[in-house]
Amino acid sequence: MIHTLAFYLFAVMVLTSGALVVLARNPVHSVLWLILAFFNAAGLMVLVGAEFIAMLLIIVYVGAVAVLFLFVVMMLNIDFAELRAGFIKNAPLAALVAVVLFVELFVAIIAANAGGAVTLGTPDGSAAPLLGEGNTENIGALLYTRYVFLFEVAGIILLVAMIGAIVLTHRESRATRAHQNITKQNMRRPEDATELKQPEIGKGVDIGGREL
Amino acid sequence: MIGVEHYIVVSSLLFVLGVLGIFLNRKNVIVILMAIELILLAVNINLVAFSAFLGDLTGQIFAMFVLTVAAAEAAIGLAILVIYFRRRGTIAVDDISRMKG
Repeated sequence: MIHTLAFYLFAVMVLTSGALVVLARNPVHSVLWLILAFFNAAGLMVLVGAEFIAMLLIIVYVGAVAVLFLFVVMMLNIDFAELRAGFIKNAPLAALVAVVLFVELFVAIIAANAGGAVTLGTPDGSAAPLLGEGNTENIGALLYTRYVFLFEVAGIILLVAMIGAIVLTHRESRATRAHQNITKQNMRRPEDATELKQPEIGKGVDIGGREL
Repeated sequence: MIGVEHYIVVSSLLFVLGVLGIFLNRKNVIVILMAIELILLAVNINLVAFSAFLGDLTGQIFAMFVLTVAAAEAAIGLAILVIYFRRRGTIAVDDISRMKG
């Protein structure tokens, strides 16, 4: 009973906040609704016993991606009213596409459901959860054995993304800025930099034709 | 009793909402990126639900990889957005077709 109630609570919340992400006037509000949607999706995943992915969703999306969005939205000084100009104009086409897409998906679900419950097939047992182990241990046991290559590729993808983002946004420092060249400083000798003069009394020193 | 069908309906609705968001906010790249995140979230819910009801953990592993790619995509997308804004002073997507190397 409580399980069913929790499912409907999370489902309604995730759909409401998902709708408000795309409808909110202010992109900052959109990001905040996106965070709420991620939290509720994590709740949905906890309900089916996938705690690890749920916590990962909160850490990665809420902790990193949503904060990145917030930074960008707040850093760039954007005129959002101008960007919303086509909102009403686009609405009929958008609604049409959305309705057609949903009806198609729904018909597919009904068709798959026609012979009773949705048939999930039978797992081959090679990735079945081990008895008496938690979700995290099971995922670890599978990830570091069978999918270890994909796991490393995922790491390389993240590395490439990180380097790419840094290269794209890095700004070269301006040429006028002073730099300290330590080797040049150490190589500088007193003989190169100074000149000893012994002028006669009452006469000045010629410093290279400059009028004094 | 909550079955896999309930999860399919929720995730397909969320997917449709994401597509709707792309069509509605056609000028605002930030909201388009957020709508893509919504679509990927719907995919993840579907993968996890099927994995849990089937008793096979492969779906959850692949949900993790989808998460990885989504994070990388958001980082690169926002970096491109930042340099585009620096050059043009706007993020209207209509003008991006004029972008040259």
